[in-house]
Order: sequence, then structure tokens, then C-alpha cells
Amino acid sequence: MDSYFSILFTEVYKILFLLVPVLVSVAMIVWLDRRVWAFVQKRRGPNVVGPFGLFQSLADALKYIFKEIIIPASSNKLVFVLAPVVTMTLALISWAVIPFGEDFVLADINVGILYLFAVSSLGVYGIIMGGWASNSKYPFLGAIRSAAQMVSYEVSIGVIIINVLLCVGSLNLSDIVMAQQNLWFVIPLFPMFVIFFISALAETNRPPFDLPEAEAELVAGYQTEYSGMMYAMFWLGEYANILLMCAMGAVLFLGGWLSPIDIFPLNAIPGPFWLIFKILFLFILFALVKATVPRYRYDQLMKLGWKIFLPFSLFYVVLTSSFLLYFDLLPGK
Amino acid sequence: MIAHSVFFYIFSLIAIVSAVMVTVSKNTVHSVFFLILDFISISCLFIMIGAEFLGMIMLIVYVGAVAVLFLFVVMMLNVAEQKGQWFSSRWDGGTHIPVGLLVSLIIFFELIIVIGGWKYKPDLLNSLSINISTEVTNTRSIGNVLYTDYIHLFQISGMILLVAMIGAIVLTYRERVGVKRQSYVKQISRERDEGVDLVEAEKNKGVKIDA
Repeated sequence: MDSYFSILFTEVYKILFLLVPVLVSVAMIVWLDRRVWAFVQKRRGPNVVGPFGLFQSLADALKYIFKEIIIPASSNKLVFVLAPVVTMTLALISWAVIPFGEDFVLADINVGILYLFAVSSLGVYGIIMGGWASNSKYPFLGAIRSAAQMVSYEVSIGVIIINVLLCVGSLNLSDIVMAQQNLWFVIPLFPMFVIFFISALAETNRPPFDLPEAEAELVAGYQTEYSGMMYAMFWLGEYANILLMCAMGAVLFLGGWLSPIDIFPLNAIPGPFWLIFKILFLFILFALVKATVPRYRYDQLMKLGWKIFLPFSLFYVVLTSSFLLYFDLLPGK
Repeated sequence: MIAHSVFFYIFSLIAIVSAVMVTVSKNTVHSVFFLILDFISISCLFIMIGAEFLGMIMLIVYVGAVAVLFLFVVMMLNVAEQKGQWFSSRWDGGTHIPVGLLVSLIIFFELIIVIGGWKYKPDLLNSLSINISTEVTNTRSIGNVLYTDYIHLFQISGMILLVAMIGAIVLTYRERVGVKRQSYVKQISRERDEGVDLVEAEKNKGVKIDA
């Protein structure tokens, strides 16, 4: 019985070692997002609390904690309370399989990429539950929009993942990274990287695809009725999801923890740092897109997903597989 | 193995309780949520017996796609109207009950046949022609079987799904008139000559535009 407890304690310790940095970096990334956004628009952004405004997120968190949580009288109370919990949990559990280095991963499972994909496809439930349980028009419309949008873009993300898997021959995330030792997949699969990036924007409800919370039409979409800490949990979950999508992009296309070239000063930097650099790079791209591109119309969004991305990525699957077959490069025989 | 069986009983308990709740709960949206919980706990059971690929596919397909559509449909229906209709005295006509009974009876007998066959021939798994190797991952072994021995069945099932999809689209499609559509080609290929018109306007009459 003792061994069970010792295993339990080491696992809990490891999980805390992963989750606490993720939560702290989510807070920091919100600050970074607002700063980048402000600089693009020639504003200063949050710069008052702490050096460079670094503690702005902390101040916001304090404000959210001390605000009153309002549960609408006509809402479905249990589902209403569960929705932010679901969002937050799903955003955090997927970090378990992200490899930060060789043998530096919490759960090195065989179907890592499927796990990531499954958890990100569950993310839609937090939003639907929140929107439905609020029992109010704007949240419901936002939830319906978001469900349709996320389901549509998941399809193209799935097909893009198939492209990468064809080149790897394994569903394990560490194997995916190790397969990119010679060549990052961003070079042969560049069009797929672009489509992945745009689909990731849509999947995480980021601008220009933030229709579920389009403030001009739907007040704040599915979050309209939420306040205080529950709103903050939605918000944390959303940013944790964005970071996760960046990490997924880094693992699938930018060689995860590998250094760009395997020469001395570069490969002396430990793997986790490389992964963090890549995640930050992708995140700054996300922030730049948010600052520059106007919001899509809903029919344009659906058209882009179903009529352009899906056929093109399916075509690319055929192209990749025939290329690999013709030059006899198929992995894992 | 104690931890293993503890988790097994937890997940199976959740699966059974939520399966019962799907039929018992009066709110249809709650039923779908319980259905999702059921799917998730069953995929956990799959993972526990080492079939991680099946478990994940179960999550992606059933929870990530099918249940979302269920939820969609159920939310769109006017639930308030139906609430309590089944159990209230106003409910008349038991047309659904015979059909439901028939279907559940058929499923019950199918289950008996499956379980009976299992008991009748316990070495079925060993007598199969497929040799199951424990070295390769089960994703790979499923692929080895599915895309070689059973490729025709696999493709036929794909065809059936395609036909069903096309059928659903044909049944629900209706051409709507008077809907303004955006055509990128039209917008881009617009020239100055057709876009701008120089008109000699008559005094006190103006110009009549026939669009």
C-alpha cells in the first residue's frame, strides 16, 4: 500500500511542477497579448502595475477574485457552474502529453496526438454548457455559433495532423519531434502549417474568428452572464488553450524541443527553452493577427473552413502520401 | 492491481449510473450531458484494458462530433413544450412504446446471442487467424488488419456513410430565393466601365436607377 502512496505523491508533485508554471505563464501571456496589441496600434498598453505593467494580470486576478459571482435566477445552476470548470480542466489536462524535452514529459503515451485532438474537441462543451445554462439569448447564440465553428475547423485540423503523421509513422508526440531532427515539417508541409495556424485561430475563438463573443453583435457571447471568478476561469481556460495550440504547432511543425541547427552554441541551450521560444513566437504571431485583421463574417468563416481548407488539406494528404510512396520514404516498415 | 480494479469499478459505476440517467432525467439536454459522461467513462474503460486507440477514437468521434450534434438538435427543439409531456395525464396515444419495446427486445436477444456465443466457445480469440502480437502498438495492429484483410468491408462502410450523408443533404436541402450571395470572382472582376456610369440628369426629374 505504501508504494501506491509514494507513486501518487510523486505524480502529484510532477503535475504541480507542470501546472503551476503553465498557470503563471497564462497570466503573463495575457499581459504580453495586450502589450503587443497596444504597440501595433501605437498605444502603451498596461504599463502601470509593476515594472512594464508586468503585474497587471495579477491585479486583474485579484479584482476577479473579490468580485461577486452572480448566478442568474432563471439559469440552470449546476450546468452554469460546471461550464467554466469544464473549460478550465480541459485546457489544463492536455498539457500532460506535451513533450518539453527528451524524457521530459509527464505522460509519454502512444496516442499522444490523438489525446490532444480529443481533448481540444471536448473544449466546445464548456462553451455550449455556459451558453445554454445562462438561459439568455446572446449567450445561446454565441454558444451555437462557437459549436458550429469549432466542429468545422476541427475537421481540417484533423486532416492536417494526418499529413504530419504520414511523415512520422507514429502517434507519439516525442516520436513526432524526433522525426524532425533533419528537417522541420514546416518546410515540406508549409501550406499545412499556414492552414493549421489559421484553423488554430478559429478553434480557440481568437480574432479574426471571435464570432462566439463578437461584442458588436452578441455583447460577450457565451460569457455574457458570467462574472467574477467564473468569468476569470473561462478566460484562463481560453488563454491556456491558445498556449496549447501554439505548443501543438511547435511540436507538429517547428521541431518541438530541437534546436534549429545542430551546432554548438544552439544545441547547448536546453530543450524546454527552445520549445518555450517557439511557443512564444507562435503566440506573438497570434497577437499580431489579433491586432491587424478585422473580424470575419459568419458565412465567410464557414466558407473558408469547409470549401477551402478541407478540400485543400485533403488534396495535400494525397500529395504527401503519393510523394512518400513514390520516393519510398514511408516510415515505420 | 488493487488500484486498477478500484478505477475499473469507479468508471463502470459512472458508466452505468449515467446510462440510467440518460433515460430517467426529464430534461433532454441533461440526458445528452449524461450520454457524454457515459461515452467518456466507456472510453476510460477502453484505455484501461490497453486499447488506447479505440478509447481516443471513441472520444473524438462520439464525444467530439456526434454528441455535439445531438446537443445541437436537442437545444434547438422547443424543450419547454415537451417537458413532462410523457409523464403527465395529458399524454395520449402510446404509439412510441410498442416500437421502443420491439427495438429493445431485439437488442436484448442480440446481447444474449453474443454473450452466449462467448460462453459457448471461450477459445474463440485464440482460434482467429489474426495473430495478435503484443510488441507493436495497437494503433499499428488495427491498421495492419483494417487496411489489408478487411479493406473491402472498410471501404463499403465508408460508401454507406457517404450515401447517408448525401441522402441527408438531399432531404434537407431547399433552394432559397432572394438570398444575396457574395461572389469573390464577380467582385474582383468588376471594371470601372461597368461600375461607374456617367448620366445626364434632367432638371427636377433626377435619375431612375433600375437595379
